[in-house]
Amino acid sequence: MVAHLVRLKLTLLRNTLKKSVWQTVGLVLGILYGLGVISMALIGLTVLGTTAPEMAGQIITIVGSVVVLAWWIVPLFAFGVDATLDPQRFVTFAVPQRQLLAGLAVAGLVGIPGIVTLVASAGTALAWWRSPLAALAALVGALLAVALCVVGSRATTTALAPLLDSRRYREVLSIAAFVPLMLAGPIIGWATSAIARGQEVLPVIADVLGWTPFGAPWAVASAVSDGAWGLALARLAIAVVVLVAAWVVWDRALAKALVAPHGGASAGKSKGLGWFDRFPATPVGAVAARCLTYWFRDPRYSGSIAVVPLLPVLLWFVGSSMGIDGGDGFKELMLVLGPVTAFTFGFAISADVAYDHTAFWTQVSSGVSGFADRAGRVLAAAVIGVPVVLVFAVASVAFTGRWDLLVATIGLSLGVLGAGLGVSSVVSARLLYPVPKPGDSPFKSPQGAAMATLVAQMITMLVLAALCLPAAGLALTNVLTGAAVWGWLTLVVGVGLGVVFLVMGMRWGGRLVDQRGPELLQQVMSYK
Amino acid sequence: MAHEPEPRDQLPPLADAAPAYPAAPAAPVLAPATPTPPTHAAGTAPALSVRGLWKKFGEKIAVAGIDLDVPAGSFYGLVGPNGAGKTTALSMATGLLRPDFGSVHVHGLDLWANPLEGKRLLGILPDGVRLFDRLTGAQLITYAGLLRGMDRETVAERTADLLEALGLAADANTFVVDYSAGMTKKIALASALIHAPNLLVLDEPFEAVDPVSAANIREILNGYVASGGTVIVSSHVMDLVQRMCDHVAVIAGGHVLAAGTVDEVRAGQSLEDRFVDLVGGRQTTEGLSWLRTS
Repeated sequence: MVAHLVRLKLTLLRNTLKKSVWQTVGLVLGILYGLGVISMALIGLTVLGTTAPEMAGQIITIVGSVVVLAWWIVPLFAFGVDATLDPQRFVTFAVPQRQLLAGLAVAGLVGIPGIVTLVASAGTALAWWRSPLAALAALVGALLAVALCVVGSRATTTALAPLLDSRRYREVLSIAAFVPLMLAGPIIGWATSAIARGQEVLPVIADVLGWTPFGAPWAVASAVSDGAWGLALARLAIAVVVLVAAWVVWDRALAKALVAPHGGASAGKSKGLGWFDRFPATPVGAVAARCLTYWFRDPRYSGSIAVVPLLPVLLWFVGSSMGIDGGDGFKELMLVLGPVTAFTFGFAISADVAYDHTAFWTQVSSGVSGFADRAGRVLAAAVIGVPVVLVFAVASVAFTGRWDLLVATIGLSLGVLGAGLGVSSVVSARLLYPVPKPGDSPFKSPQGAAMATLVAQMITMLVLAALCLPAAGLALTNVLTGAAVWGWLTLVVGVGLGVVFLVMGMRWGGRLVDQRGPELLQQVMSYK
Repeated sequence: MAHEPEPRDQLPPLADAAPAYPAAPAAPVLAPATPTPPTHAAGTAPALSVRGLWKKFGEKIAVAGIDLDVPAGSFYGLVGPNGAGKTTALSMATGLLRPDFGSVHVHGLDLWANPLEGKRLLGILPDGVRLFDRLTGAQLITYAGLLRGMDRETVAERTADLLEALGLAADANTFVVDYSAGMTKKIALASALIHAPNLLVLDEPFEAVDPVSAANIREILNGYVASGGTVIVSSHVMDLVQRMCDHVAVIAGGHVLAAGTVDEVRAGQSLEDRFVDLVGGRQTTEGLSWLRTS
C-alpha cells in the first residue's frame, strides 16, 4: 500500500508536468530552490559545528521548531495547496485504514518540501561532527522531527477538516492569512535586529522550545552533547508521546472523515437586499451594488480591503528601519501612504472581468451597456476607496506633522485613485489573465498563468505610473521648494487629470465591453 | 426566407426601447407568478431564425451549418447526444458566442447586428456557467432585473412572485453559493424570466431539478407559451420533450438531422426510438458478460 500511494503521487506529478510547460518550469525552479535551501542548510550546519555546542543546539532548536510549526499550520491556511492525496478520494476503495495511514504518511514526504525537510533534518548531525554520540542522537531526533512534521500536519488538517469544510471559516482564514504574509518581511527584520541586540534571550527561547513538541526532538542532541542523559531522555519521550498522540488523533479523525458525508455545512443567510436598496435602481447602481457586495463577501476582494489597514504598519516598519544614526527613522516616508493606498484601490479592479469568471454572461446577456458596467465597478471601488484614501492622506500628514504638504498629498492621492480606476477599467476588458476562481483561495494561483499575469500586471503598473507622473512631479516640487503654490497646483492637476483619465478609461473600457463582450466571456470560460 | 424587420409598433411592448418596463398590465389576469405574456407579433417572422451557423474551436467543428426556424408561440425542444453542439448552437443564438459564419434573427431582428435590442427580447438560461453566487437568491433576481433597466417597484414585485412560484421563497435570503444544484437552476430561471422576455432559451433547465419543481416549471412555461411566448429547451430526456414540446429538432455532430413538429419528427415511433435511429451508435454486443451475477 505504501508503495502504491508513493507511486500514485509520482504518477500524478508526472501527469501534471505533461499538461503544461509552465508546470515543468515551475517544478524545475522549485527543485533548484529546494537544492539551494538544502545546500545552504548543510553548509550552515557544518559551520555551526565549529562554534560552541550550546550555540549550535540553541539555533537548531529554534529553527527546527519553526519548521515543525510551519508543517502543522501552513496547510490550514493554504487549503487546497496539495490535495493530490486527499483521504476523501479513497473512501470508495476498500483499503485497510492502518495501511492507508502509513501510505499517506510516507507519500507526504514525496515532494519538494518533504525531501528538503528530510535531508536538512538529517543534516543536523553535521553540526555535531565533533561528538559522534551527539551526532547519532541528532539523527534519531531528526527522524522523529520529520515524522512529527508529516503526521502532525496530517492530524491538524484531518481533524479540522469539518471546520475547513465550512465556506465561511475558510474565507475568514484565507483573509487572516494576509496579515502574517504582509508583515512577514518587516517582522523577520525586526526580530533579527532584536536578537542581534540581545543575545541573552536566545538560550531562554531555545530552552522553552526544547520542552515543546516542536523543539523537543531537535534538542535531544544538545542534551547528549552536554552529557545530560536524563534531559535527553525526557525530550525524546516528549517527542515520541506527541508523535503517538498525533498518530491517534489522525487515525480517529480519518476514520470519522471516511464515513462522514462531505459538505453539509449550514447555509449562509443575509437579510434583505443589502446594497441593492442603497444604490439607485439603474443598471449602474445594480452593478455597483453587486460589486460592493462582493468587496465585502468574496475573499478575493476582501483580501485587498484587509491589506489596506496593514499599509501604514508596513510603512512604519520600513520607515523606522531606514533610520539614520539610530534616530526615530525616516518618518516622512509615511506621506506616501495616501497615494499607495489609492494605487491599491485603483489596481484592485484591474482583473474584474476575470474575477467574475463565467458569471460575466449575466452582463453579456442582459445587454447592459459597457459604459454602465464600467461605471458601476468604478463606483463600488470609489465608495470604499475615496473615504479611506482621504482619511489616510490626512492621517499621514498628521503623523509626520507636515501640514504644509496636506494639499499636495490630497491632490496626488486623488489623482492616483482616478487614474488607477480609469486604467483598470480598460485593462479588465483588454488584458485578461487567469485569476483564482470564485470560491477558491485568494492565494491559489491558477495553473500556467504566471507569465500572462506578470506581463498584464507590469503593463498596468507602468501605464498607471506614467499617468501619475505629472501630479507626482508637482508634489515632489512642493516637497523640495516648500512653496505652497506647488501644492495647490498638485491638487488642481492631480484631480483634473484623474477625472479625465477616469472618464476616458470608462469610455474606452465600455466600448471594449460592447464590442468584445462575447469574446471576453469565451476567454474567461477557457480559464478552467 | 425573408427577414425584413417588422414595423416597430407591431413588435411586442418590450421591444420598444423604453427604459422603464411596463408594469405587467396583463399579469394579474393570469396566475400571479406568470411573467408578462408578450402580445406576440402578428407578423410571420419566426421567434428565432438561424441560418448557416458555423463554429470551430481550434480543429474541432462544433457546429457545422445549422439552419433552424422556431415559430413564434411554439414550445421547441432541442435534443441531441452529448457533444452534439446544442450548447454551442444555443450560445450563438443568444448572443453569448460569436458565430464564425451565419445569422441569427430574433423576431425578425438581426441579433448580431443589433445586440442590445435583440437581447431585450431574450431570456436565457445557459448551462455550465456560474452565477454571481455571493448574492442571495432575492439579490440575484433583483440584479438581473435592475441590470435590464427595470424600475425598483416592478423588480421587487416580480422577484417576490418568481420566488414564490419556484418554491424558493423560504431561501430568498440564502446565498446562492449555498443552494443545491436544482435550486441554482431555478434561481437562474427566475433571473431569465424577470424582464418578461418574448423568447426563452433554456439549456438543460430540468437537470437536477426535483419532480415537483419540474412540474411547477413546466406549468409556468406552458402558461407562458399559451399567452404567446416562445420557449426553446434543450434536453437529453426524450420522454419529457415528447410530452412537453410541440416542435423538436434533433442535432448531432453539429448538424440538424431532423426538425419540425414532434409528430412529424417521430413519424409514428416514440421520440426516443426515432432519436436512436437518427443518431445511431447503439452497441449490440454481448459485452460485459462477467457483470451478470448468476
